[in-house]
Amino acid sequence: MERQIRRLGVGLLALFLILFAQINYIQVFAADRIANHPANALRLLRAEYEVDRGSILANDATTVLASSRKSSGDLKYQRRYPLGPRYAHLTGFYSFIFGRSELEQSFNDYLAGNAAELLPQTLADLVLGRDKRGATIVTSLDPELQAVAEQAAAAELGDVAIAVVEPATGNVLALVAEPTYDPNPLASQDPDVVRSAWDELNADPEKPLVSRASDELFPPGSTFKIVTASAALENGFGPESTWPNPRELDLPLTDATLQNFGGSHCSGGAAQITLASAFQQSCNVTFGEIGLELGAEALAEQARAYGFTAEAGEDVIPFDIPWVSGVFPDAATFEQREPAVAISAIGQQDVATNVLHMALIAASIGNGGVMMEPNLVTEVRDPTGQVVAEFGPEVFSEPLTPQNAAALTQLMVSVVDGGTGTAAQIPGVSVAGKTGTAQHGEGADPHAWFVSFAPAGAPEVAVAVVVLDGGNLGSEATGGQVAAPIARTVIEAALGV
Amino acid sequence: MSRALPRTSNARVASSIAFTVLALILSVGAYVIAGFGKRGELPATFGLYATIFAAGYVGGLLVIRRYAPSADPALFPTAGVLVGLGFAMIFRLSGGLAAEQATWIAVGLVAFTATLMIVRDHHMLDAYTYTIGLLGLILLMLPMVPGIGQTINGARLWVQIGPLGFQPAELGKVLVVIFLASYLNQKRELLQVATTRIGPFRLPPPKHLAPVLLAWAGSLAILFVQKDLGASLLYFGIFVVLLWVATGRAAYLVLGLVLFAIGAWLGWVLFDHVQLRVDVWLNALDPEKVFKQGYGQLAQSQFAMATGGLVGSGLGKGSPGLIPFAATDFIFAAIGEELGLLGSTAVLLLYVVLVGKGLRIALEVRDGFGQLLAVGLATMIAIQTFVIVGGVIRVIPLTGVTLPFMSYGGSSLVSNFILLALLVRVSSGPAPTRGAI
Repeated sequence: MERQIRRLGVGLLALFLILFAQINYIQVFAADRIANHPANALRLLRAEYEVDRGSILANDATTVLASSRKSSGDLKYQRRYPLGPRYAHLTGFYSFIFGRSELEQSFNDYLAGNAAELLPQTLADLVLGRDKRGATIVTSLDPELQAVAEQAAAAELGDVAIAVVEPATGNVLALVAEPTYDPNPLASQDPDVVRSAWDELNADPEKPLVSRASDELFPPGSTFKIVTASAALENGFGPESTWPNPRELDLPLTDATLQNFGGSHCSGGAAQITLASAFQQSCNVTFGEIGLELGAEALAEQARAYGFTAEAGEDVIPFDIPWVSGVFPDAATFEQREPAVAISAIGQQDVATNVLHMALIAASIGNGGVMMEPNLVTEVRDPTGQVVAEFGPEVFSEPLTPQNAAALTQLMVSVVDGGTGTAAQIPGVSVAGKTGTAQHGEGADPHAWFVSFAPAGAPEVAVAVVVLDGGNLGSEATGGQVAAPIARTVIEAALGV
Repeated sequence: MSRALPRTSNARVASSIAFTVLALILSVGAYVIAGFGKRGELPATFGLYATIFAAGYVGGLLVIRRYAPSADPALFPTAGVLVGLGFAMIFRLSGGLAAEQATWIAVGLVAFTATLMIVRDHHMLDAYTYTIGLLGLILLMLPMVPGIGQTINGARLWVQIGPLGFQPAELGKVLVVIFLASYLNQKRELLQVATTRIGPFRLPPPKHLAPVLLAWAGSLAILFVQKDLGASLLYFGIFVVLLWVATGRAAYLVLGLVLFAIGAWLGWVLFDHVQLRVDVWLNALDPEKVFKQGYGQLAQSQFAMATGGLVGSGLGKGSPGLIPFAATDFIFAAIGEELGLLGSTAVLLLYVVLVGKGLRIALEVRDGFGQLLAVGLATMIAIQTFVIVGGVIRVIPLTGVTLPFMSYGGSSLVSNFILLALLVRVSSGPAPTRGAI
């Protein structure tokens, strides 16, 4: 009998080994495949909302942009955005039906507590029977600047987008785009509320879910002369280089001509004009000539150094949320299209960008020709407040030599001191800027631009503003009149003057 | 004898106290964590349930010390951890079920005590072979009696007398094991005689084959009449194993497997619900079928365990409420969801310990009846665990039996405590007379 009992023990153990093998298969080897079965959606959803999702904070580590609180509904935690529309394009939304966007999506591993750095903490929570807690995200956003920028934008008719960047670090201090939306209804636990908010947002012809500051592209107009001027400086044409100064520029291969703004003649009709004067007065004719002289190759090369891509959305400058950076086509596309080179050199036709990209360009000039990657998240803190990840400044490129950056800074200061951007003057502060008034389509009012940084010698902020479709002045709008005052307001707030 | 024992006895006492305290900490701890996990606070019932567990486990310890001092010190605490984990999961699923389960745990501990007090020596049971067998049979057949029998979830297992509902087969199973151990111990020499040869196997004369065929027929009857696949498999499995262990004849094992295959085939041919079970087993995750009647419960148990992954969601943090019968048949999947692979592995290991202890007791006890009784009881725990866990994790088609000591249910829990008391009794030997202490 003993032999049988021992054999029975082996047999029964074998049965249990089959069970051990199968639970390893289900819970480890095939776990992801089985758990992601469509019929398991409800359990995954509940599990996701069992987590006390981390907060998203402003740069003071106090102002709450997004947080979670216990809910009385079916799902345990409710996401809320105390400042609603103000940061919607940055935080994104967190919806149990439509998923996540922006920081809620790109930093989900941290916010949901799934990142490897958080493992000790989440294991402790698990053992102690506490809810799993996500990490807190501290952003570079300055809540006062964001509010000031939002108010300045609201004061203007039409849609305004504003980007504020710290030149030395690339930290994004404020990013405002109109129209925006309230992410709170999308985070509701009532499917009817979520769906109706979603349908309304998607039916809105203004597309509030899309940020005009970073998701869309617009012709930069004369603000692109910063790039053309950079190319001229980098190719040996100094600020005092002289250029012919006709009233209009005959474009090769066509009957068309390129004219200055309002058909005026720069420098009172003098025969020659310096690059510096042409930049200060924003002379289209001169910059058309410069574009033709440098050629598509040199312009494209300079644009690439500034992060412009050949097609929209490819190899964008790295950022913490999805965005689209500016576009300047490949040199090859300008073959047999010389007029297009001249017109692109003044920021029309084939060129497009947005305020975030233009603020980064302005910042790079102020930063001695070193362009930083934009940075939105500066650090991640675990639930106990311990910093588990830091995201410091990263250099993107060096589009200018320090000498040329200093020269271009002087050109931009002259624009504000006595050129097209005088409306951005601040007593006691040297502001560097460039205006732009971009045509886009027959009969449409122009986009008014202003791209700037201050103080010029040691810049603390770079600010780019675009007022779409003319704003208060409609067809009469210029960057200098409409956009420059907004930039000034924001710079004043940033510098505390 | 009283001079030789003290050393081992002291070590035994020390380890049984340590094991019991550990079981108590694990049980109450799991329950408290489940409470925090679900509501973020100490359960309002903490005082009551902690008292029940503390009193029950310490009481169990004292009862064993008094009536079975030489028992294996790990048996009771091992079962205690399983009961505690099961209770924590039931509490986490439903406060109402937990209140009932707590009552049944108390009743089970009383039954455990009563069994040890009444059965002072397991040989007492050997004297009532046929009485116990008949009693077991009556309990198995009771749900068939018109008027008091109830069909719940497609199986006719329940008896309802007034407000009191119970599953007599749960206790019947234990009695059947006692009967088989006693009967086979008495007849083993007869059954060992081999006269016929079939291939390499020697078979006893046809008239001694009768009991095997009778047991097979009985199992089929349970399958056909009560539609209870799990119990049918369990009885037949225990019978064949005991017959083989008693006689040492592998032929019985082979014959049993062949008969089992025939029975399974018959069931498959004759019954739609058996065919459905097999199809559910094979296609539980088929996207076309997963929402259909009958498939969802097995799909949910797979989802639960896969979502739980390695460490689980934490007690009180998962969605085991989505699993049908999570507190009874599917409690293992609920454990897998909230405690992960670590938890489900630990639970299975506890059963391995329990079964291993049972077989160890069988090896150590001197008499044939005690050996077969321990083997039968251990085999019952093993097969029942394999049948339900294997069903829940899709190793075999699902058949509804409870997970011993863990599942919600009074009849099952009380019977398991009686089974445990019998194992404790066999391992301890006869209870000491009062004067001997």
